[in-house]
Amino acid sequence: MTQYAKITRDGLWDNNPGLVQLLGLCPLLAVTGTVVNGLGLGIATTLTLITSNVTVSLIRNVVPNEIRLPVFVLIIASFVTIIEMMLKAFYYDLYLALGIFIPLIVTNCSIIGRAEAFASKQPMDKAFMDGLMMGIGFTIALATLGGMRELLGYGTLFSQAELMFGQAWMTITVFDNYHSFLLAVLPPGAFFGLGLLIAFKNALKKS
Amino acid sequence: MWQILKTASILTIFAILGGGLVAFSYQSTIEQIKINEREALLRTLTALVPKNTYDNDLFTDTKEIESELGVDNNLTIHLARKAGQPVAAILIPTAPDGYNGRINMLVAVNYAGILLGVRVTSHQETPGLGDKIDLRKSNWIRGFKGYSLLNPTDNGWKVKRDGGIFDQFTGATITPRAVVKTVHKTLSFYWKFRDKIFEPK
Repeated sequence: MTQYAKITRDGLWDNNPGLVQLLGLCPLLAVTGTVVNGLGLGIATTLTLITSNVTVSLIRNVVPNEIRLPVFVLIIASFVTIIEMMLKAFYYDLYLALGIFIPLIVTNCSIIGRAEAFASKQPMDKAFMDGLMMGIGFTIALATLGGMRELLGYGTLFSQAELMFGQAWMTITVFDNYHSFLLAVLPPGAFFGLGLLIAFKNALKKS
Repeated sequence: MWQILKTASILTIFAILGGGLVAFSYQSTIEQIKINEREALLRTLTALVPKNTYDNDLFTDTKEIESELGVDNNLTIHLARKAGQPVAAILIPTAPDGYNGRINMLVAVNYAGILLGVRVTSHQETPGLGDKIDLRKSNWIRGFKGYSLLNPTDNGWKVKRDGGIFDQFTGATITPRAVVKTVHKTLSFYWKFRDKIFEPK
């Protein structure tokens, strides 16, 4: 297996940050009420992962070992702040839906985890690939959990998709006259949903 | 010794670079962000007060009056006028007693004191139950249009469970109760201070 293929497989499946490393649970559980929220935070996290991984890789020979962590934190915090401003400037409605969770990306351990465990030891192209794939893997976990909760909770999929993709995207109403299932939408639903997803993934691995 | 100094200066350089990048993005996005915030508020304001009824700038024609209804005891009011004559006021009160914290609202009344509409701008009420006060979830909030301080009378300004005329939702009484109470208080405030609200600056 080539190294790129391994990085891809690691990020999307074998070492998925949401389902295997279980890093970044705070945003994972908090925002996944709907598919669109999950996708939005996933994309913002992916951007942060890519930019922070590439930068950390570029400076890996300049930064002495004893101050590497403060420097990583500085880099990540700067990029998250910039991404938040960009979102506020160009996707204001999405910002209103996700706004309070964007600063949470800073606390997402998977970002500093990837910087420390991977990007600080690898050349730029691999660090970029790792950031992209870990980000996509995290986004898939967020969107799947969001989809499960939205479907069970409200009986719809892609509600408020117009916030992100413009008017062309429509909400799919899966069940008409659905009486909402509150538990799925509340925080416990996030834990149950994540537990089921992890169990499902483990079952696939065994068989 | 030199090692420490070298390390410290590297850290300083990164701090300056990071700070510089953030400052640069702030400079380049702040205008657009202000425009977005203004548009978002204007969209709601114009949804409440019909566009052809006023000719001033709703966004900048504001007044602040000290009142416990507002955030930090400061109630912001947007004014609609036509040819200088008062047309309507949009008050921005907050209900302190939601099920889960404050509920921020917009309450629009025409000059005669009749409600043009109420909107909830931000809240943290329970998803699926209390969040029906949000227009994106249900039409309940539209039900205030046309009522005034005297219609219904004081006893009617309650949810049905408390003997009033406004619907509560199944499973959530506290949220609509807080909203109804604040709308009622806001109307009383409007009557009491109407002259002061429309006083020219």
